[in-house]
Amino acid sequence: MIPETLKTSLQARVASAITAREAAVDVMKELQAHYGWLTDEAVQEAAALLGLSPLQVEELATFYEMIYRRPVGKKVIHVCDSISCWCADCDKIIQYLKDKLGVGLGGTTADGMFTLVPCCCMGMCGDSPAMSVGGVPYGRLTPELVDEILEAERHKP
Amino acid sequence: MDLPLFRHNRPNRVVTFDEYREEGGFEGLKKAFSGMSPNDVQQAVLDSGLRGRGGAGFATGRKWSFVPRDLPGPRWLICNCDEMEPGTYKDRVLLEHNPYSLIEGMTLACYALGVRHAFIFIRKGYEKAAANLARGIEEAKKAGLLGEHILGSEHSIELDLHLSAGRYICGEETALINALEGKRPNPRSKPPFPAVKGLWQGPTVVNNVETLANVPAIVANGAAWFKGLALNPEGAGSKLFCVSGSVKNRACIELPIGTTLGDIIDGACGGMRDGKKFKACIPGGASTQFLKPEHWNLPMDYDTVVKAGSRLGSGGIIVFDEGHCLVEATLNLINFFARESCGWCTPCREGLPYVKEILTRIENGRGEEDDITILREHVKYLNYTFCALAPGAMAPLDGLLRDFEDEVREHIVKKKCPLK
Repeated sequence: MIPETLKTSLQARVASAITAREAAVDVMKELQAHYGWLTDEAVQEAAALLGLSPLQVEELATFYEMIYRRPVGKKVIHVCDSISCWCADCDKIIQYLKDKLGVGLGGTTADGMFTLVPCCCMGMCGDSPAMSVGGVPYGRLTPELVDEILEAERHKP
Repeated sequence: MDLPLFRHNRPNRVVTFDEYREEGGFEGLKKAFSGMSPNDVQQAVLDSGLRGRGGAGFATGRKWSFVPRDLPGPRWLICNCDEMEPGTYKDRVLLEHNPYSLIEGMTLACYALGVRHAFIFIRKGYEKAAANLARGIEEAKKAGLLGEHILGSEHSIELDLHLSAGRYICGEETALINALEGKRPNPRSKPPFPAVKGLWQGPTVVNNVETLANVPAIVANGAAWFKGLALNPEGAGSKLFCVSGSVKNRACIELPIGTTLGDIIDGACGGMRDGKKFKACIPGGASTQFLKPEHWNLPMDYDTVVKAGSRLGSGGIIVFDEGHCLVEATLNLINFFARESCGWCTPCREGLPYVKEILTRIENGRGEEDDITILREHVKYLNYTFCALAPGAMAPLDGLLRDFEDEVREHIVKKKCPLK
């Protein structure tokens, strides 16, 4: 169950939309921020708010890269493996992340802190190799910098 | 420097509303609202020779002219800021430095097209750009340059942001329209084209960020001025080039259309990195064909690059040196497209993973001579799709087979990647 305040603000968002389902991505994002991922319960709640069937929400939720339909760590690491990052040896950074976190791609660390997933071009090609941690972009990655970033992100709220 | 887009930029921060206005910002809007008809604005954009900066390079004024004038009901303008073409980061750099040219350009476009409500569709990850735009919209509204009764006129224009959740296909204009409507963002079949039936079945124009950001300067300074910015007679205006790969400075720079490839790499980018030799580049984002050393002096203009067998595309130049295996580079590109395919059309959904499998085999020394033929067939077959994702994916593959067949064959004959 979502808190009444969140429900009210989401209802207001839906009411301000030209058609209710136009607000679908915003609603899914807010529910995801609340639960940590888009839970089955959240899909039901989104459907009720948007006047859609749960299946209609599901087909949206599974489409978007940044909507998570399964549990993820506290912060998701999206590491870019597109062409500009490939030119900047992103393979080594990805391997370093896997080794450091002790997970494969798609995996979540044992402490539930980080989930590691590859992603497509982040528009950081001028600063490749790049990744984002919990939505914060980082570029010109080296193993040392990755250590620093993860340490800082671990303690940031 | 009188190039229109980056002239307001400050190092490491966004230009302020007041600074933008002091430097001639919103002059185009004032000019239009004090004596130009919507048709005049549209004509200026048509005459300027401005072409879509998102990748397709279609003439902007012509696109606008396809919107029927007599249809009842609302019509829409959407700015496409779903910049996910690998190697492309120009719109991010532009909006992180200056949101106002886009806001002014969209207001002018709305005026020209009779649109009352426009959207900016922003990709996930561009939150900084979105925050700049949100602030800029409020500032423009307060100053009477946007919103109700712009500059005291009877025209009211509303600008809204749509923050997406990440998926390359959302940048395809009909998929983008579905996404904005809250539907699953598969592309729609065309016709009907968006100009006739787009967002909520109304006439809709979808333009790229850079395209719309050029409009204020065109209106303020005139079509002839804009055309004259290009270095070659066929071209018009400036272009944002964003360079990545094996260059010293990976820069996003504004240069006149018609600047040569060599001048971009040797000039603003400071030449090749670590004294490496230029082997090839992709000139306009992932869905364009390779250019080779013989194209060093090629003027970067839409028609000229097409004649050379590639496309100017988005201006995202990815530079490869002699140490890069282009089979592996193409495999990386195909991997991207295979992952981002929305799955709607069979050739794309099934074909791209198959192409990926073959290229993987070749790269790992398990390729066979037949594979080259099979790849060539796929370049043909993957054109049979609703949208341009699969045909775009085939562009670098087609280029690889056309320009670097020897390199592909060497993998097959030597049973290994010659560069590993």
